[in-house]
Order: sequence, then C-alpha cells, then structure tokens
Amino acid sequence: MTARSLPALLSRDSRPNMFDLAALLCMLGLAVLLASAGRHMLAPVTAPNAAVIHLDPAWLPGYAVRTTLRMFAALGASLLFTFTYAVWAAKSRRAALILVPVLDVLQSVPILGFLTFTVVFFMGLFPGRILGAELAAIFTIFTSQAWNMAFSMYQSLRAVPPDLEEVARGFGLTAWQKFWRLDVPFAVPGLVWNAMVSMSGGWFMVVYSETITVGNTDILLPGIGSYVGTAIAQRDLWAVLYAILAMLVVILAYDQLLFRPLVAWSARFGTASSDSTPASDPWMLVLLRRTALLRRVTDAIGEGLTAIGGLPLGRRPHEARQRHALPPRLLDLGWSALLAVASLLALWQVWLYARATFSLSELLHVVGLGGLTLLRVVAMVLLASLVWVPAGIWLGLDPVRARRTQFVAQFMAAFPANLFFPIFVVLIVHFRLSSDIWLTPLMILGTQWYILFNVVAAASSFPADLLEVARSLQVRGPLWWLRVALPGILPHYITGAITASGGAWNAAIAAEVASWGDDHLSAHGLGAYIAHATVAGDTAHVGLGMTVMAMFVLLFNRAVWRPLADYARRHFAFV
Amino acid sequence: MTLSPPLQVADDEDLIRVVGCRQAYHKGGAADLVVLDDVNLTLRSGEIVGLLGRSGSGKSTLLRIVAGLLPPTEGSILWKGRPVAGPVPGIAMVFQSFALFPWLTVQKNVELGLEAKGIAAAERDRLAEGAIDLIGLGGYENAYPKELSGGMRQRVGLARALVVQPDLLLMDEPFSALDVLTAENLRTDLIELWAERRLPVKSMLLVTHNIEEAVLMCDRILVFSSNPGRVAHELAVPFAHPRNREDPAFRQLVDQIYALMTRRAPIVSEAELPLGETPPQPAAPVQIALPDLPMNTMVGMMETLAADPLDGRADLPLLASRLQMALDDLFPLGESLQLLEFAELEDGDILLTAEGSRFVQSSHDERRQILWHSLLHNVPLVRVIRAVLDERPNHRASAERFREELEDSMSPDYAKQTLQTLIGWARYAELFDYDEDADQLFLDDETE
Repeated sequence: MTARSLPALLSRDSRPNMFDLAALLCMLGLAVLLASAGRHMLAPVTAPNAAVIHLDPAWLPGYAVRTTLRMFAALGASLLFTFTYAVWAAKSRRAALILVPVLDVLQSVPILGFLTFTVVFFMGLFPGRILGAELAAIFTIFTSQAWNMAFSMYQSLRAVPPDLEEVARGFGLTAWQKFWRLDVPFAVPGLVWNAMVSMSGGWFMVVYSETITVGNTDILLPGIGSYVGTAIAQRDLWAVLYAILAMLVVILAYDQLLFRPLVAWSARFGTASSDSTPASDPWMLVLLRRTALLRRVTDAIGEGLTAIGGLPLGRRPHEARQRHALPPRLLDLGWSALLAVASLLALWQVWLYARATFSLSELLHVVGLGGLTLLRVVAMVLLASLVWVPAGIWLGLDPVRARRTQFVAQFMAAFPANLFFPIFVVLIVHFRLSSDIWLTPLMILGTQWYILFNVVAAASSFPADLLEVARSLQVRGPLWWLRVALPGILPHYITGAITASGGAWNAAIAAEVASWGDDHLSAHGLGAYIAHATVAGDTAHVGLGMTVMAMFVLLFNRAVWRPLADYARRHFAFV
Repeated sequence: MTLSPPLQVADDEDLIRVVGCRQAYHKGGAADLVVLDDVNLTLRSGEIVGLLGRSGSGKSTLLRIVAGLLPPTEGSILWKGRPVAGPVPGIAMVFQSFALFPWLTVQKNVELGLEAKGIAAAERDRLAEGAIDLIGLGGYENAYPKELSGGMRQRVGLARALVVQPDLLLMDEPFSALDVLTAENLRTDLIELWAERRLPVKSMLLVTHNIEEAVLMCDRILVFSSNPGRVAHELAVPFAHPRNREDPAFRQLVDQIYALMTRRAPIVSEAELPLGETPPQPAAPVQIALPDLPMNTMVGMMETLAADPLDGRADLPLLASRLQMALDDLFPLGESLQLLEFAELEDGDILLTAEGSRFVQSSHDERRQILWHSLLHNVPLVRVIRAVLDERPNHRASAERFREELEDSMSPDYAKQTLQTLIGWARYAELFDYDEDADQLFLDDETE
C-alpha cells in the first residue's frame, strides 16, 4: 500500500468516511484489549490462570498484546522521566553538576542487573499481586529507554539556537510558554529518533523480564517472553518458532503503525531544511491525515495541547530575577562542597559494606570474570565488523540494495534476539559444543545489526565525486579499501560499533547462561556471574557484579571508544 | 589583439573522438529521458576546447563519458584510435567540488594516482613535489583539505590530476565553486602555465557555463543546446594568450555567443547535418522544466529593466555584470519572463514587453490579475491543474499526479522543482494553493 493509492477525494470532507469506520473498529478493539489486560494485572498471583502459560499458538496474540502494552507503559514512564529529569538538568546549572554524570553512569549499568532489586522492591510494594511483578518488568524496560531519551532531550535543550531564544525573550514568553513553543519542538526529532532506538533495546528487555526468577520469587507474566520461557522448559521448538513469528508481526506493526509516521511527523520540527526527508510519507501518516473524523479528533487534541502550552505560567523574562542573599559564586562553592561531602560519605558506606561482605580474592575473581566477558565483547565486535563492514560497503554503494538493507537491518536490530537463543542452544546441546565458546555469538546476535546499519548508511551517503576520482585515477583493490572506502565509513562505523558493544555487554547477562529443558549451559564470565546471583536472590553479589560491569563499560568507553570517535570525527568526516 | 593560428599546431594528433554519442536514461513505461543526442567531437592535441551550455544540457555527462566513467547508451568513444571501455590512464579529471579526500593530506591526495599506478614511494614523492610546486602549493604539503581555502583546494585537485602526466585534462566547471577573484587568479595561472608549455598535458577539455571564461581560455567552443543536449554551434576563438577581456574583438565574440544562446530555438539547417539524417523533430508540446525561481526575483528583474538607465531594454552581458548574476541565474530568469510573455530575449538583449511594462506599473492587486491571465494563457500545466481543481467537488487534487505528468518530459528532480516553482507563482496570482502535509493542490475560498 502506498501513499498514492489513497484517493485524494476523501480528505477535507468533514463527513465521516470508510477510513473512519476502519479506524473506529481498530480503536474499539484496542479498548477491549486494554481493559482485559488491565483486569489481569490487578489479579492476585495465585489466580488460577496467572502463572500458567499455554503453548497453544491461539494464546499467542493475547500474549503479544500484553507484551506490547508493557512496552508502551514503559515508554510513557520514560517520557515522564525525560520531561522532568532532563529538563531539570538543562535548566539548572547546579543540578546538572550531579544529574548529568549520574545519567552517564546509569547508561553504562547493565540493565538486566536492575531486575533483582526492582522485583524485590515492587513485590514488596504490592505483596501478592501480579501488579508488583508487572511494575518490575515495566521498570526494566524503562531502564533500557529512559537514560538514552533523557540524554537526547538534555542535549537538545542545551542546543536551542540563541536567535530563537532571543525571539522568545523579545515576545515576552513565560518560562512555560517558551518550553512548549520553543524547547520541546526543537527537541522532538532527536527524542523521537532516540525513543525508536531505545524501543529496539526494550523488546529484548521485555522478553527477558517476563520470566523473572529472583531467589524464591518465581513469576511468569503472560507475554511472548514467558511463552518462550515455557517453551524452553518443555523443549518445544515449534512453540519457539511460533513466538518468533508473533514477534515479527508485532514489530512490523509497531514500525509501520507508530514509528514511521512519528519519524516523518517529527521531521517538520527539524530546523535545517536540508535534512534528508523521505521521498514519500508513510502510508499510516497519510491515512491519519486523510481520515476526516480522526483528523478532526487529532486536530482538537492538538489545539487543546497548544492551548495548555500557551498558558501564561511561570516568570516572564523581563521580570527581574529574585536577588539571592548570597553571591552566586559562594553558592556554587557551597553546592560543590555539599556534593563532595555526600560523595565521600557514600564512598565510605560502600567501602564498609564491601569490606564486610566480600573478600579481596572474590573481588579479583569478579574482575577476572569481567576481563573474560570483555574479551568476548571485543572478539565479537571484531568478528561482526569483519563480516559486516565489507558487506555493508558493498550493499551501501548501490542505492536500491542500500534501501532494502536499511529496512532489514533496522528491523533485525529491533527484533529481540533472545527469541533466537533457544535455537542456538538446541544445537549446542545436540552437538555437545563448548558453551564457553559457542554461547558467545549470542551476545552479538541482536546488536551486530547496528554495525551493518551504520556502515550501509555511510556507504550510501559516500560523496559520488570522490568515488569518481578513485575510478578515474584507477585506484583499485587493497588501495581502494585502505585509502577510499574504509576511511570514508569510519565515523559511522564507530558509532555503530559503540552501540553494538554496549548492547553486547547488556546481552552478556542473558547470553552467558542458557537452558533447554533440563540442560543448563553456562559460560565463564561476568554475565553468567550476575545471572546466577540473580537466580539465587543474592543481592550483594548481583550488586558487585553490576558495579564491576559498569566500571568495565565506563572505562572501555572512556579509554577506547570516545578517543576513537573524536579522532574519526576530526580526521575522517566529509567537510 | 592580433589574430593568430591556434597554439601548438605542430603535433596535430587526434586524442579523442566521440562519434554519434547518445545518452538516455530509461524510465519505467514512459519514453526514455534523453540527456545527450548525437554528439560528435574530436579533440586534437595542443588545443583547449570548451563545452559551453546551461545546466542540464548534458555537457558534464559528456565529460564523464569521455573520462570513461560512464558508458554511453549509443555511439563510440575512441582514445588515440582505440575504443574506451572504462577509465584510461592518459586522462585525468578536475572536479567542480574539488573532490579531495578529507582524510589525506595534500601530499597524499596528490600521490593517490601514482600509488594506484604502483610507483615507488621515493619516485612518488619527487613527482608529487614537482606538481605541488608547479601549481603553487609549495609549503602546504602536510595540510589537510579542510585547512585550505576553496582556491587552494582546487589547486590540489589540479596537482592531483597533473601529477599522473595525462595527455588530456578534463575540467568540470573547475572555477564555479570559487569566488570571483580567486577564480580569476586560478584561471590566469593555469593559462600562463599552458601558454608557457609547462603543463604536462597535450590538451584540455573544459566544461563551463560562463561565456567569458570560455572565450578567455579556449581555442574552440562547442555551444550546447538543452533538452536533449546537442552541439548547437561550434566556434573558433582566434586570439593568442594572454587575452584581454576589454579588447573589442573579445567583447564582440562574447556578445555573439550570448546572441546564439538566447536565440529561441537553435536553428539547424539541413545542410549542416551529416548526410542521411533528418533534422530533429520539434519537441512535443510538453511542459518545459522551470528553474527554482521565486516570483519576487522576477518582479525585481522587471522593475530593474523598466527603471531609469535601462528603460526596458538591456544587453545581457552588461546586465549580468551589473546585477552580479552568473549566466546560469540570468538565462533562466530571462526565459521564464519570456515564457510568461513579460519580456523577450533577442540578440543577447532582454527587452520588456508591453504586458511586462503594464505589470511593473500596476498595483499589487492588478499584478496578481495580470499574472493570473499570463499563467493560464502561457503555461499548459497550470491550465490543466486549474481545470482539474475546478471540476472536483472538494477542489483538491494530489500533487503527485501532476509531478508524474511532468516526469514524462523531465527527470524526477526537475519535475519536483518545476511544480514547486509553479506553486510559488500560482500562490502569487492566488490561482491555487498547496497543502504540504497532504501533498495536495487545492482552491481555497479566495482562489475559487
């Protein structure tokens, strides 16, 4: 279905039309689903059908909806977090001193490790109800999205063009009005893009978090993830395949119905007119724009929101700032001192706790495990690069191939790779392969696509005249790769490799242990350490593992990726 | 200035021969888009030949065909008597955009072609050093392209092409991305080296849309017509280097080319055509491609023409220098005014018509009326659009449909630009409006 096949006659006619009927039916269906899912959420854990997952494929659509709902609940929470935390950090210089580094660290913490703490916390909050487990799962997804989105928002808010700021000030917009009229529209494209990328990671998390086992608490939340979990326990390969199929449909629908329209819509907020806009609008956006009743409804909502954004709340720029009793420098100094004292106290507490709980040999052991996992991550990123860089360049230099590859790579990146794990595990179990080696590729299964995706993007935007120069000078073979192709894609490739390695660290917790029925596989590494501690409900060791992993990720980013990215940006970007 | 025979007649050797070259892009269903049609060209050593034409006349395409970067749809290219199938070692090219590799230093950029030939490092170094010094880049060897100004970057481009000691140097609008002073400086340097026979090339082929540049540099000029690109005229430039722009003979030749290029349709008499060929059919009544030209610019042009020193008539070369407009800005402007019958181009002059004068003297509302009638009368597509919109009960129509209609006679990019321009004009006349969100043309209450 293309944009062209919708008759233009339909639009601007305010009478409801057949597209409205279709849209209305869809909405009714959605409402019914939402209501039933909500009823389940409040059910007690002991309710008869709460913990039983049926492997009959007829149940799959319902599970898929539950999984999707969790995703969107988390997206809502992430938006709320973004619009508070990031805005606070952007507007207050002093708050930013602590908020931004915290965000940076949170970004590096392995998300799956949070599960242990959140399950205990939320189950304690709603004892005996599914809601507690639901919230824990949603929180896990939230952690995979929120940091990323908040960072994007923070950076956009800091980069609002000064001339637009001046216009806003000149017209005397209040703080509230300026926020909605200038700051938010400016941040929308980045926010939408980051939300899309984080959603991709979110699918992985949602599948993982639906089968939570923390110590004695063992809960199955109805969803695609738990369906696969049950299939693994019962050694049902067909059920795994059904689940993969269902997930394909869900992600295709989410991509076509939600994100393509959103990205196209957000393009209008781009300030630069030269942005590469897609040739035609996604069909869903065209449908929305041309459906009379829907258009009126969305127009009304839009107008309402616009009115709220225009409320004269907050201070006007010409009203004098409140005078502080103390000079700002002294306040800064006091604030920094406060932060320093708080940090030292925290460090002292951690030290006391660690000394009482862990021995030095254990610490060294965990760091050693971290080294093993680091080795795996590096090896996998290198391996994936070896395959996807040449392939990506070849695919990207042809526009038709590039477009197709982009679509597939984007799709594969969004697809939760952990659904494919059982297939690998079956093979490993069957051929009795070493799990230390053969479980490793699972880490990169989902995130390798970021490398392909970025390399294809770089190759397809490679300046045509540089390629012509190379042909005209008859630069071929190794010289062509070394002097022309590889340097040209380097900045994009590094972006992709950073994303891929970050994802691989995260996936380590899910990938270094695996099971098929009663066969349990485990590799030696930090991911397996955290996974085992989680199952045992051993929060202290989960905490230790997470901290060490976060340190590894942070150090690796600071010492390797960032300098590399800076260097590539300075030397290899097209002027 | 004395008339002199072309330079370096002694070694009169055919370097490249283009015979019956045709380049067409296949489009699904509709007729092929012909970019070049039946182009013949012979390049001898010792001459600088200019390909002069408007953007879209296929001259850059021809250059790429000669370079072996693009195979022609029909026809043959012979390099020193042998057919060309891919880039040839004896041909080097200089690009409008410089096309330097940002990750290589000046030295490494220049050495790239030598490296591809497998020349040893020491020899590479020596040759590159020579080319860099020749072109006036000494001292910049270790700079990265982004550290250089546009003029210096193009010098790197030249050095990179010259270092492989090509017999033929191809230049694709090499000075058009530079400012006026820098471009002139580089042009004179290059011509000086050529006249002193210090350039290691036997011949140069220059693509340009700047008439004065062509007359200043070339020994022979091929004037291209557009849609499809054909060689409309061939002129010899009988002046010795260095040439003086203020020389009356120079000015006269420039004027003559202006006149040739503003002639309504290039008249090709059958006698000029090779035997057995029919003269090209007059183009079907299709929509011509319109430039990206806002109505305000056209109004400004008409007002300037009507105002005092010009009084309704101006010499195009003079107008170009007076308004600081390049040929590629001025011709589309003049032709669009001609299309709307507000002005006429004649013998290198532009003159305002009676309708044009009336437009200038009118109030904004009357101007709107005049343009309204002119658009409906002179632009068939506007007539069609308006008829469709009037007929529809909701007065809306998809813009895509008209874009597709345009694509029958032009490339998708030009179709997009043409419709965009027409929308701008129609909005000025309040003839119809455009809804960007829905990509639809419509009549609102005022235009109905």
